[in-house]
Amino acid sequence: MIKSLDELQKIKEAELEAIRLREAGQKARIVVGMGTCGIAAGAREVMAAILDELGKRRLTSVAVTQTGCIGLCAQEPLVDVILPGKPRVTYGKVDAGKARQIVAQHVVNGIVITEWVVNRGEV
Amino acid sequence: MEELALHLLDLLENALAAGARHILITIEEDGERDRLIVTVQDDGRGMEAAALEKALDPFYTTRTTRKAGLGLSLFQATAVQCGGTLTLESQPGQGTRVVAAMRLSHPDLPPLGDMGATIATALSREEPVELIYRHRRGRQEFQFSSTWLQLHLGEIPLNCGPVLDWVQRYINKGLAELYGGDQS
Repeated sequence: MIKSLDELQKIKEAELEAIRLREAGQKARIVVGMGTCGIAAGAREVMAAILDELGKRRLTSVAVTQTGCIGLCAQEPLVDVILPGKPRVTYGKVDAGKARQIVAQHVVNGIVITEWVVNRGEV
Repeated sequence: MEELALHLLDLLENALAAGARHILITIEEDGERDRLIVTVQDDGRGMEAAALEKALDPFYTTRTTRKAGLGLSLFQATAVQCGGTLTLESQPGQGTRVVAAMRLSHPDLPPLGDMGATIATALSREEPVELIYRHRRGRQEFQFSSTWLQLHLGEIPLNCGPVLDWVQRYINKGLAELYGGDQS
């Protein structure tokens, strides 16, 4: 338990440092669809993989949120990536493996994985 | 849903969609009475009697994006199949309480599953929510409180990846200890 708290303290320090470096509104966002349809299709495993990947990479400058059913149930699990100043990119039929690649390629390197994209937002 | 934790996540999503600011989750495993009782209590907007009556109907939903509302009815089916019941109590402005009781030794009882991922997922949001999870097994208890975590983190939001990743590992480690190390 003590070890867990040490770890939490380290995350806290890293995030405080990130807040100092970051300009307002410059936070990337990842949104996972978490309606019943999403959950049944494996959205929680996708979320767990994203959190694990962000944790391993110590990526504190990414906000992780969820949304309910948006009516695209057949494409669940759905993951949106919104990089600062960029339009929303929606990935469909994401699994844990794809989720890790989305973090590595899109969130970290800014490269959209076009073949998994099901929708793109306006700029 | 193959895990109790997934049914629970679905209930938590309902609570969050109802605007809950406080959520209390309790899981009680009582081997002597052969009961497993799962409770989710929220302070969301609650339901009118008419909506409450229809809440377990899979073809009723308040949502407009699709016509079915399967979550609660799926959990009810699981509870009934496992020799138990699912009950709903709600009043407008007073929040909602869902209680699922099942036979602990029932062969169809789904495994608890990944509670760490379920709680971390429920906390992945911009709007703050105070979530307490109590898990009692016989005389032992594990407890997690997001209020405590937020106090510890200060100005840092809970929904940053490494924090939520810590939450899922912390909870699963705590539960593994509760189960005496026979569940990871």
